[in-house]
Amino acid sequence: MTKLQLSDVAAAPVPTLAHSDAPPAPPARRRRWLPFSPWHLVLIPLTFLLIVPLLWMLVTSLETEGEANRFPPVLLPERPRFENYSEAWAAAPFGHFFLNSALVTLVVLLSNLVVCSLAGYAFARIRFLGRGALFVTLMATLMVPFQVTMIPVFLIVKWFGDNVWAGLGIDHIGALMLPNLATAFGIFFLRQFFQTVPVELEEAARVDGTSRLGVLFKIVLPLSLPALSTLAALTVLTSWNDFLWPLIVITSHDQMTIPLGLSYFQGAHRVKWPLLMAANVMSLLPMLLVFVGAQRYFVQSVASTGLKG
Amino acid sequence: MPEDAPARRPFVVLRGLGRGESVTGWALVSPAVVLIGVFGLLPVLMSLQLSFQKSDLLTPETPWVGLENYRKLADDPVFVEAIKHTIIYTALFVPGTMLVGLFVAAALNRSVRFISVYRTAAYITMAVSTISQGIIFLWLTDRDYGLVNAALNAVGAPSQPFLASPSQALYVIVAMTIWGWTGFSVIVYLAALQGVPAELHEAAAIDGASAATRFRTITVPLLGPANLFLVVWLTINALQLFDEVYATTRGGPLRATTVIVYYLWDRAFVQFDAGYAAAMAYALFVVILVITAVQFRLARKHVHTS
Repeated sequence: MTKLQLSDVAAAPVPTLAHSDAPPAPPARRRRWLPFSPWHLVLIPLTFLLIVPLLWMLVTSLETEGEANRFPPVLLPERPRFENYSEAWAAAPFGHFFLNSALVTLVVLLSNLVVCSLAGYAFARIRFLGRGALFVTLMATLMVPFQVTMIPVFLIVKWFGDNVWAGLGIDHIGALMLPNLATAFGIFFLRQFFQTVPVELEEAARVDGTSRLGVLFKIVLPLSLPALSTLAALTVLTSWNDFLWPLIVITSHDQMTIPLGLSYFQGAHRVKWPLLMAANVMSLLPMLLVFVGAQRYFVQSVASTGLKG
Repeated sequence: MPEDAPARRPFVVLRGLGRGESVTGWALVSPAVVLIGVFGLLPVLMSLQLSFQKSDLLTPETPWVGLENYRKLADDPVFVEAIKHTIIYTALFVPGTMLVGLFVAAALNRSVRFISVYRTAAYITMAVSTISQGIIFLWLTDRDYGLVNAALNAVGAPSQPFLASPSQALYVIVAMTIWGWTGFSVIVYLAALQGVPAELHEAAAIDGASAATRFRTITVPLLGPANLFLVVWLTINALQLFDEVYATTRGGPLRATTVIVYYLWDRAFVQFDAGYAAAMAYALFVVILVITAVQFRLARKHVHTS
């Protein structure tokens, strides 16, 4: 059946008197040779090709080892073997990995939101001695690649572990949180947004005697939820998938985060592909669900990484 | 009394905004200053100091060696090789990711049914961790049982060793990371394409410009800022390639995929030669700064940012 789609109606040009002598809109839209837009014939294969690696991971995770080690490959397992998942789960402390990743991400996220909000607000609104120089100095760290700082940060974290609290030191998840509690990007990003909040709203409250902190938490932050969500999405993604830093500081299995734990699991089960793929699916699932659920904010976070800055 | 109030209030506000605000300002920024100072700024200086020393990260003795570490860099065949691999990788990865991203974004830039499903499928590679990617591509390109070799055989081509081959491994990593960055580049390009005013296209179409001409003369120039952002951002990330190499080849076979950061990590945290690694990191830092500056300089001439 030929069904007119809403999108076609929206895209159809509105006829006006002024353009009556202009040629009519491209006729292809009306004379349809398919009951759906021909673009689907491009988009379906294209997006399928893009997610083939993920689909193949899923298929392999449900095969027996015999099926995986056959060539040409078995495209669909005879009977999905869900035991791969329970066996993978039992073969490494995945519970620890998930818990550690969740803890590290949560602490890093909350700390970034609070610390960057406070600093971003001060840089956006308060005139204080040395503000300009301080801002430039902090932003300069954005240009420094992590490889330059990682060796000294290793030494600093080791010092914290030896002198302050062992839980912050080498081979503890505290070491994964400590260097990432605030980022210059977060400050920059929130400052830019706070500057767009109408200052009159704040002045009214200030006149009524509300403190700077009160204004920030009662007026500015509630108006900045889109920006905070975008920063949150970026922080969660970066923190959850971080690999190099955990690789450097963590060696005990019970302190590993998911990417590091998965890498360790890979080393231990090198060619047991169904088991490896089951572990891979499990490790990807939380982030994929979060990503699909909050896609809008992830998309915004990419656009705001560079296009506005 | 009521007449006095409006005159006094601005004064109160002014005083609030002026005197005493330095204390408030510094109080609000202090947590960030301490954290970024200790973990962002201090390490830059420590790293510079370390690059003039000999250090194994464990013993407290770190004797000064002057410029020795930097001099060693120039004579280190592995470092020279790593630079070569990094350059090849970057030169292929950056344009490759941009082309794929632009192509997919152009296909996704229309309003058909289920377009949000298609877009999600394209974006999703962004959420896949680098280690997961590595494991998936090891399996996809397996020389004996891999899906890619099955596809090659199906069209009559012979199986390839891919990541097991010194002459192919780096290119497989290029393809793999292009896939991993597709979601990112599609988002950037799609945002840019949606910013192209439809009226421009309509006007040009009425004047008889073909779709190809319109893309070249209207769309491409308006993509300038997106191109600049991607070139800079992807180059910075390409020069820092590590995870994907670690997850697949560990720099092999025969060091064919040993890139700068992989070698740096190996020197610092496997061979415990931290002073030398710090010198390498500083060399990388300078290279990134110079390349980024050159890219912005070139962009100022060629990119329209209005």
